Amino acid sequence: MNRTTASASFSVSFTVGLYGIAFGAAGIAAGFSLVQTCLLSLLTFSGASQFAVVGVLGSGGTAISGIATASLLGIRNSLYGLRLSPILKLRGWKKVVGAQVTIDESTGVALGQSDLGEESMRHGFWLTGLGVYLFWNLFTLAGALGAQAMGNPAAWGLDAAVPAAFLGLVWPRLLGNFERVLAASAMFLALALTPFVAAGIPIIATALLAVAFGWKARK
Amino acid sequence: MTQIWWAVIGTSVIAFLLKYIGHSVPEKYLTNPRALRINTLIPIALLSALVAVQSFTEKSALVIDQRIVGLGVAVIALALKAPFPVVVLGSALASAATFNFIN
Repeated sequence: MNRTTASASFSVSFTVGLYGIAFGAAGIAAGFSLVQTCLLSLLTFSGASQFAVVGVLGSGGTAISGIATASLLGIRNSLYGLRLSPILKLRGWKKVVGAQVTIDESTGVALGQSDLGEESMRHGFWLTGLGVYLFWNLFTLAGALGAQAMGNPAAWGLDAAVPAAFLGLVWPRLLGNFERVLAASAMFLALALTPFVAAGIPIIATALLAVAFGWKARK
Repeated sequence: MTQIWWAVIGTSVIAFLLKYIGHSVPEKYLTNPRALRINTLIPIALLSALVAVQSFTEKSALVIDQRIVGLGVAVIALALKAPFPVVVLGSALASAATFNFIN
């Protein structure tokens, strides 16, 4: 195994794993128990989906709207698997484990090693996938324990930390005016619907905006 | 079972199935350009909506409170290319300071 791949995998794993603190705290602040918060990191293991489900349930949404929002955010993991499967060629239990750690970061590092050959891509995928899994879960537990010890979330700023985390997740995707207009429209639509429909619906409804914006190819 | 348990289990099962399907489906079935385009836009819409709802609502009411200060700090931190933990922590500190100042 080459050092470039190993060091890229480790630095991504650790840095991304640190965000787990924010998720652990967000879970507790949203009213999830310690076990429920940690189970989301162990089983769902996809940051944006996890933040979404605690966000929707925390603001009073139903399980259905939480699951729907989280699942729409998880569709991209299917596309990652599709891209990686010819390189990884997984079978049996390795396919189960490999699928579970198919996320933004493991895919990103794997594709980033393409100059070094398929062997390095596989190493990058496994090291990063398993590395993020380890650190993400450890730091989720740390964040959840920390938040449990705090009491009123607002007094510690946890109520603002969660939207800040969402903003941090969406920011790198706002590449041009088209994306920014979509983001602003989604914010406006969600707030406009909030007084009139059940919690959670205003968020999921903005997926329709994404469909409308993406329907026609841009010139 | 509570709503939260259903959400934890449902989200986890579907998240895994979505990942597993990707490794199982031949590539030709998922390369429709329109579907790919919409798929890259969905996270932008949902995450932006979550930012707005988590910052400016309380139950079904629109409110402005200490969180707007936290959000402002997050925007500034991101514009200055601060790393994610700094963004989240800075936002939490600003919001907490405002909350404790008002109350």
